[in-house]
Amino acid sequence: MYRIVEKRVLNPEVKLMKIEAPLVAAKAKPGQFIIFRVDNVGERIPLTIADTDPERGLVTVIFQEVGASTMKLGSLNEGDFIADFAGPLGTASHLDGLKKVCVIGGGLGCAIAYPQAKHLHRSGADVDIIAGFRTKELVILEDEMRENSSRLYVMTDDGSYGEKGLVTAKLGELLESGEKYDAVIAIGPLVMMKFVSLATKPYGIKTIVSMNPIMVDGTGMCGGCRVTVGGEMKFACVDGPDFDGHLVDFDEAIRRSAIYRAQEREAAEKHACRLRGGDGNA
Amino acid sequence: MPNMSLKKVKMREQAPDIRNGNFNEVALGYTAEEAVEEAARCLQCKNRPCTVGCPVSVKIPEFISKIAAGEFDKAIDIIKETNSLPAVCGRVCPQESQCEALCVRGRKGEPVAIGRLERFAADRSMEKPAAERNTAPKNGIKVGIIGAGPAGLTCAGDLAMMGYDVTIFEALHVAGGVLVYGIPEFRLPKEIVRREIDNLKILGVKIECNFIVGKTMTIDELFENGYQALFIGSGAGLPKFMGIKGENLNGVYSANEFLTRINLMNAYREEYDTPIKDFTRVAVVGGGNVAMDAARCAKRIGAKEVYIVYRRGMDEMPARREEIHHAQEEGIIFRLLSNPVEILGTEDGWVRGMRCVEMELGEPDQSGRRRPVPKAGGEFEMEVDGVIMALGTSPNPLISSTTEGLRINRHGCVEVDDKTMMTSRPGVFAGGDAVTGAATVILAMGAGKKAAVAMDQYIKAKNKQS
Repeated sequence: MYRIVEKRVLNPEVKLMKIEAPLVAAKAKPGQFIIFRVDNVGERIPLTIADTDPERGLVTVIFQEVGASTMKLGSLNEGDFIADFAGPLGTASHLDGLKKVCVIGGGLGCAIAYPQAKHLHRSGADVDIIAGFRTKELVILEDEMRENSSRLYVMTDDGSYGEKGLVTAKLGELLESGEKYDAVIAIGPLVMMKFVSLATKPYGIKTIVSMNPIMVDGTGMCGGCRVTVGGEMKFACVDGPDFDGHLVDFDEAIRRSAIYRAQEREAAEKHACRLRGGDGNA
Repeated sequence: MPNMSLKKVKMREQAPDIRNGNFNEVALGYTAEEAVEEAARCLQCKNRPCTVGCPVSVKIPEFISKIAAGEFDKAIDIIKETNSLPAVCGRVCPQESQCEALCVRGRKGEPVAIGRLERFAADRSMEKPAAERNTAPKNGIKVGIIGAGPAGLTCAGDLAMMGYDVTIFEALHVAGGVLVYGIPEFRLPKEIVRREIDNLKILGVKIECNFIVGKTMTIDELFENGYQALFIGSGAGLPKFMGIKGENLNGVYSANEFLTRINLMNAYREEYDTPIKDFTRVAVVGGGNVAMDAARCAKRIGAKEVYIVYRRGMDEMPARREEIHHAQEEGIIFRLLSNPVEILGTEDGWVRGMRCVEMELGEPDQSGRRRPVPKAGGEFEMEVDGVIMALGTSPNPLISSTTEGLRINRHGCVEVDDKTMMTSRPGVFAGGDAVTGAATVILAMGAGKKAAVAMDQYIKAKNKQS
């Protein structure tokens, strides 16, 4: 059992939790993930590690309540325990030697982009962050991102905060104005990562994306997380989650992410109903 | 007077058209009367040929004579001297190619039903609380076992009985390995695996779940934490795909994923959260026991038509005869001498069919089986909405890639010394599928047993030197 030491509500859709898992905290590197199970009937769900505190043995995860399992996790409080928390899994991001980097986070993706930006900033790189959200009330980690970057550009789809527009618009603007990046790191919805990769391709800028496909075990056993990269079949859980954005088949990945959408919706509705204490007719 | 019937006492089974709609165990086991009757078929041969065929050397005539005498408790004690998972072995061992293949009664008629008798003795003993067994005094020496599957559990049990302080490191959230994620409930009820594992805990074995050696800690870090010897029993968990077009369409599963969702994650049970796709017509590609398990599971979760698609013929199928027979009884359709060449998709990326080519058998290949070659003009399409690839598995590189100096062969299998089971790293032993590639539960158990003896000798020799 793993204890929830801290819980914070970052916005109406996104929560942060610090979980006591000393072995994971001691080993985790940026880009790696964990698999959790809330209880004995729960699914195994992967979440990217947002931060660690090895001294206190804590691992930070940031998640959006999109399905039954994340809703269940979100309903727990400080002092509660979850059944399983395994990791660190996946290959750590290769961030060494990068001097000037543009880190792009889309919505919840900022939670994963942030530790990468922090690592780069602390190792002396010049880091620009473009953080995109749908609207003002969904903005997360603004202070943290500002502290760990040379420049932070906050974008909102509706213009209610920062600049109005998509992250790709800002990226295009920066590239056109002659900014030279060693690499662009894009983490967020698949569609966003696809268009960031398309935008950087003409400039030949190395573009790293972080894939978060459906998986079961997270150790290479199920093959559910397979992605096509440069025409080859890769398993995101062990070969990734980071891949070269110019080689990833995003259309296939978008399609595969929808395999259980109907069942997920049904399970989430059932769960929401249970939480409200309703009888299903509510 | 021995019972001279040429046939085994039949074991009751759920009727095929009932059982293919539930996950309860297919074979129902012997009653005490049936077991005594079958045990009386054993001739108690002096040269005991059956025991030679057993990878863990169960004293077969001895335990059978106790069943014949109605002394069931003594029978299980004899089995447990050499086999730490008898309720599992009685169910999933390929007895027909091991002990029972060498039974004298099999020369004329059917051999003695050794597997069914082993299962009877084990199940019977489970009805009572597990008793503390006689073990050597605790020596306080820490040994680590990587992987809680058949090889690791056996190795752990034997070392604990020798007095060692044993910890098993398991990557998943429950112990059991392939016994819990792979073999379905209707062949091996999970409750039985749980009870066998509880017996190990009574022996003092500790199990650390959610611990991925190579990630959570490396082999070197385990040594730094005071472990004197380690055993790698991490199995063969990586699925294979064919490399044909359409394999990433929605609705194509590896057998590993499909079975894990059903067995480990209980996707077929309402109260569990893990989803699985609802199929109507499914093709399972492959001819081994895993293919049979996947096909029978697909039927049970509601698929109307389930096909086994295999590129060779029935005689070449690697699955146990009993599994093939059960699958046929349950309505699985066999498309033999057929090889998939492409999986066909709908516009939005879901499986809608599979294109295959008819095969014929040519000259024998390296495996001694006749090599299948495509027949000219033999292409055909199958209309399916799901495809499950059951093409075999290979060992996981998580440990070998993070352990310097650990030699592996070109198939990714860990290399060991045949006699000592030691790898190229001193103090690191290995056995089971991690060494052989995908094989059987009982061979993995035999390897775990052999490694336990070797680890004991290694530690004793090392401590004498220092």
